[in-house]
Amino acid sequence: MRLTETDRALLAGDGGEATEMAMELVVTVGEAMGAASLIEITGAHVDSCLYHGLVSLEFAERMAASGGEVAVPTTLNVGSLDLLHPDMVGGDPDTATRAKALMDAYVAMGCQPTWTCAPYQLHERPRLGDQIAWGESNAIVFANSVLGARTNRYGDFLDICCALVGRAPAVGLHTDEGRRATVRVDVAVPDRWLDDDLSYVALGQFLGQSVGTEVSVITGLDDRADEDRLKSLGATAASSGAVGLFHVAGVTPEAETVETACQGQAPTRTITADEEALGRAIADLSSTTTRLGAVSVGTPHASLREIERLAAFVSGRRARVPFYVNTGRDVLADAEKAGHLGPIEAFGARIVTDTCTYITPIMDAPDGAVMTNSGKWAYYAPGNLGVEVVLAGLADCVESAAMGQIVARGLQ
Amino acid sequence: MSRVVVDGEATGEIVVLDRPLSFWGGYHPETGVIIDVAHPQHGVSLAGRIVVMPHGRGSSSSSAVLAEALRLGYGPAAIVLGHPDQIVITGVLVARRLYGIECPVLVGSVPVGARGVWRVGREGVGPVD
Repeated sequence: MRLTETDRALLAGDGGEATEMAMELVVTVGEAMGAASLIEITGAHVDSCLYHGLVSLEFAERMAASGGEVAVPTTLNVGSLDLLHPDMVGGDPDTATRAKALMDAYVAMGCQPTWTCAPYQLHERPRLGDQIAWGESNAIVFANSVLGARTNRYGDFLDICCALVGRAPAVGLHTDEGRRATVRVDVAVPDRWLDDDLSYVALGQFLGQSVGTEVSVITGLDDRADEDRLKSLGATAASSGAVGLFHVAGVTPEAETVETACQGQAPTRTITADEEALGRAIADLSSTTTRLGAVSVGTPHASLREIERLAAFVSGRRARVPFYVNTGRDVLADAEKAGHLGPIEAFGARIVTDTCTYITPIMDAPDGAVMTNSGKWAYYAPGNLGVEVVLAGLADCVESAAMGQIVARGLQ
Repeated sequence: MSRVVVDGEATGEIVVLDRPLSFWGGYHPETGVIIDVAHPQHGVSLAGRIVVMPHGRGSSSSSAVLAEALRLGYGPAAIVLGHPDQIVITGVLVARRLYGIECPVLVGSVPVGARGVWRVGREGVGPVD
């Protein structure tokens, strides 16, 4: 790999152990991925602050203790604790202590304590063409697809290493060529389906299963595919597959047309997302259980607009089962200012910040299935929490909680 | 043909994943067992085995889960990737740097239906006679 003098000096340890370790990892991974050089990045989003065992903490504390300091503005993903509502998270106190130490170590390295998996909802966010190094699969696919910023799928450890040296391997989704759509996905469903949030979850599940890591261009959507729906599509696709970038013809910034997204070349294959395929995608994510235990919405973290919609749905009603809303602390502050929290609290919902209900012990063992509007939650919760999940739109989630029984209308 | 991306040598029973696996949410680092209920090999242990992954998938937390499994001694003996995957490679490199634990990674393929004890090294991946 071609390295600059500064790169080489950091690799030799001239900047201390933290940047030496960071540069070694960035260069070794870059070489494995086939990068010929490194590029400068303008920002990072770090997922490594979520506790996955002692390795998480031992790595971070070694970096922080050896003088690690981020070289670019760096936001932090969710951790394992809700720092604003400390009684919310149960589980083993020793793990909680280590999870807190981990979060502290990343703040000590100069990262911003944003604690959200949806950094694209913060007031400052990357722009079209910006080179960034982001962790968190849903954030990666949103940054690439919806914002047109450029990031590969950075895993834990590598995200902070890029932030510490301000560099990333020039390969894959950082390059024009790596962003070319090779698969065309034609959405062929009744027009009214495009008004239903659930269609975008289903499309995400289908996309992830169908394209794996390939870049796709989707046709047949229009401006009803707003940011919240694209968030949901991408998050689900990044769970069921390894999707880092999708284009939507006429909607996303690098896909004025199918031809633009394919950079003038023909796609290698075309697949169709029809009623049957999307119906099957929902069935894959949803159990047919009839007993309702709890409801969880806001994965990835609910946006201000989603909180506003939730407030309208729940107004004047009362939840009969535990109802959780995951969101970022910055969005929560905006929602409070806008007056959306009153009806949500009166409904009996519990707001979770800084973390999420499917990664840390928050929910009491539910007496029945958990309903969610999130494809990502539906994908991971059965393995993580051992619960059954029913997937439905936000309105059905609220209706079910108010009735105390499952109302899931599916795609109609 | 295969390409070594993280060097080292390992021998173990081969397991070819039928579907991509996200280590995070799909693999228990304290047992080495696949816990993704939707995965066709749910319940299979990858500990000490040569794991063939045609594609990567899912969460960026997988690097940490893989490194933690290696730290605890329940990681794979080696990994053969169909395509280079930086999430997998990162997890392996961190376990090596922090704990000196080796888990060689190759990019390549093995024949469909491969079984028995295989070996991974500088020369590639192949069955042990």
